[in-house]
Amino acid sequence: MISVRGLRKHYKVHKRPPGLKAALRSLVHRSYTTVKAVDGISFDIRPGERVGFLGPNGAGKTTTLKVLSGLLYPSDGEVTVDGHVPQKREEAFLKKIMLVMGQKQQLLWDLPPAETFELNRAIYDVPQAQYKKTMSDLIELLEIGDLIGKPTRQLSLGERMKCELAAALIHQPRVLFLDEPTIGLDVAMQATMRTFIKEYNEKYGATLILTSHYMDDVAALCPRVIVIDKGLLSYDGGLDALVQRVRPEKRVVLRLSEEVDAGRLSPLGRVVTHESGTAVLQVQQEAVNATITRALSTLPVMDLTVENAPLEEVMSELFAESKARRTAASEPVPA
Amino acid sequence: MSARTTLRAFPTLLRVGFAEAVAYRAEMLIWVLSTTMPLVNMVLWMAVSREAPVGRFGEADFVSYFLATFAVRQLATSWAAWLINWEVKQGTLAMRLLRPISPLWAYAVESIAAFPMRLMVAVPVMLLSVALVGQKAVPQHAWQWGFVVLSVIGGWAVAFLANVAIGALCFFLESSQKVLEVWLVLFFVCSGYMYPVELLPPTLRTIIDWLPFRYQIGVPVEMLTGAYGWEESLRLLAAQWAWVAVLGALAAVTWKQGVRRFAAFGG
Ligand SMILES: Nc1ncnc2c1ncn2[C@@H]1O[C@H](COP(=O)(O)OP(=O)(O)O)[C@@H](O)[C@H]1O
Ligand SMILES: [Mg+2]
Repeated sequence: MISVRGLRKHYKVHKRPPGLKAALRSLVHRSYTTVKAVDGISFDIRPGERVGFLGPNGAGKTTTLKVLSGLLYPSDGEVTVDGHVPQKREEAFLKKIMLVMGQKQQLLWDLPPAETFELNRAIYDVPQAQYKKTMSDLIELLEIGDLIGKPTRQLSLGERMKCELAAALIHQPRVLFLDEPTIGLDVAMQATMRTFIKEYNEKYGATLILTSHYMDDVAALCPRVIVIDKGLLSYDGGLDALVQRVRPEKRVVLRLSEEVDAGRLSPLGRVVTHESGTAVLQVQQEAVNATITRALSTLPVMDLTVENAPLEEVMSELFAESKARRTAASEPVPA
Repeated sequence: MSARTTLRAFPTLLRVGFAEAVAYRAEMLIWVLSTTMPLVNMVLWMAVSREAPVGRFGEADFVSYFLATFAVRQLATSWAAWLINWEVKQGTLAMRLLRPISPLWAYAVESIAAFPMRLMVAVPVMLLSVALVGQKAVPQHAWQWGFVVLSVIGGWAVAFLANVAIGALCFFLESSQKVLEVWLVLFFVCSGYMYPVELLPPTLRTIIDWLPFRYQIGVPVEMLTGAYGWEESLRLLAAQWAWVAVLGALAAVTWKQGVRRFAAFGG
């Protein structure tokens, strides 16, 4: 469905030095710096897949999505989406895809969302019967029946985002790019959006790429993740396997019926937290069974659970790791 | 988007555009108030012409000229340059480029859809003109009204296409707001908005005849005040639509190159 080969996108940024003299000189001799937003990544995505793009700020996620949706020309490499070259911006291509950006809106601000829906029906040339059907599905799934008649400016952020999504789906895109679709939403609204996105994917078999700051989004939606860091692909595979790789340790959470000394905990594993009757231990995966047995026999355990490290932590570790690697690599080699 | 689908989408685009214009009626009122310059000029020129007429313009002629100017300015106008600059800066142009219809169509339709609202200002002003000056404030023959309609549409097209061409320069210059300001200064001097261009010395008039500004305001206003016979009307209309064609080509090229650059450099 989507094929990306050696994609690079370099931005040329006009450097404007401070000071009048330098500014005048730069009028004649413009100096540029190159930002390597995407610096050679390749991947393939099958029809109907849900893939999450992970990466710290500035990693190149948005840039990649913009190239895939035809808004930016690649500096190098080859990209096809369902047989189309996005940068040609063919009508057939534009009718198949949609990019939703959490921070950009397409809804007309002073009119009710229903007007934007109508507008999109006309622009995408959706037959009336199909439009009615899609609309009633979207209204039901997103629970926006009461909202679409109110002017957009009167809606809350979450309500607006639901309507944004509906407006983006009226032409039933086969490929959906979602860039931070849940940014700024409260937890309940994030969950609603997630459920909906998954249902849309399953119902219409749409291919989906999602970027998000919230690891929960990615964990809930995407069996496969692609980690991009500083324009390079650093991981492509299952989320579980990624967690395994970065943080093979498990966490044993103990709820204790009485306070115990820290000294009694430390032989069991690394103590992550220990307060008000709850202790969290980090142990190697192979040692989990032994640790549990030992904890149960030596400590007043009321309750015990085994968990993975929180995803947020796994990510920050992953990104710190790659940063450290890069810093080491760029260190001048002593002669 | 293919011409057929664009055409099919047009009624809906117009209808939604009209709804938007209605929603923005307060802003439009402010715009109307900001275009009252012709009324000030009218009073000034009436004072000047009280003693003796200026050229062919007596007091009543200035009244009908400037009221017509006010009316034409409501219709033959465009904000596209400002809008393009703003949307490029805000990054909202990206949302428009995702759709299978050129943003230029969207800008044009938004402007055209506001016509009914604008006519609600322009028509009463022209009725006032007839009330003050009498029948001779407007054309006497049906064919002249044909020229009025075509020249007002042409005036709008000149304004819109020049705005697109200027707006699209922001793809190359970071912002084309300054270019727009230069354009507006020339517009005030050369368009007939501040004074009838025929009052200028012949050399200046020849230059102005070859510039686009007069075809946005002056020519439709002169048509609307019934200044010309058949032949002169036809000549001016042809000149106006020649400018529409030139500006259309210019707008299409700058826009296309601009969007290409936008996609290559990343906006
Ligand atoms: N239009 C642009 N011009 C110059 N640099 C840009 C532009 N857009 C993004 N960048 C830079 O490219 C890099 C990648 O940005 P982006 O793709 O937005 O990252 P992400 O979405 O992963 O946060 C960043 O360093 C960003 O500053
Ligand atoms: Mg981003």
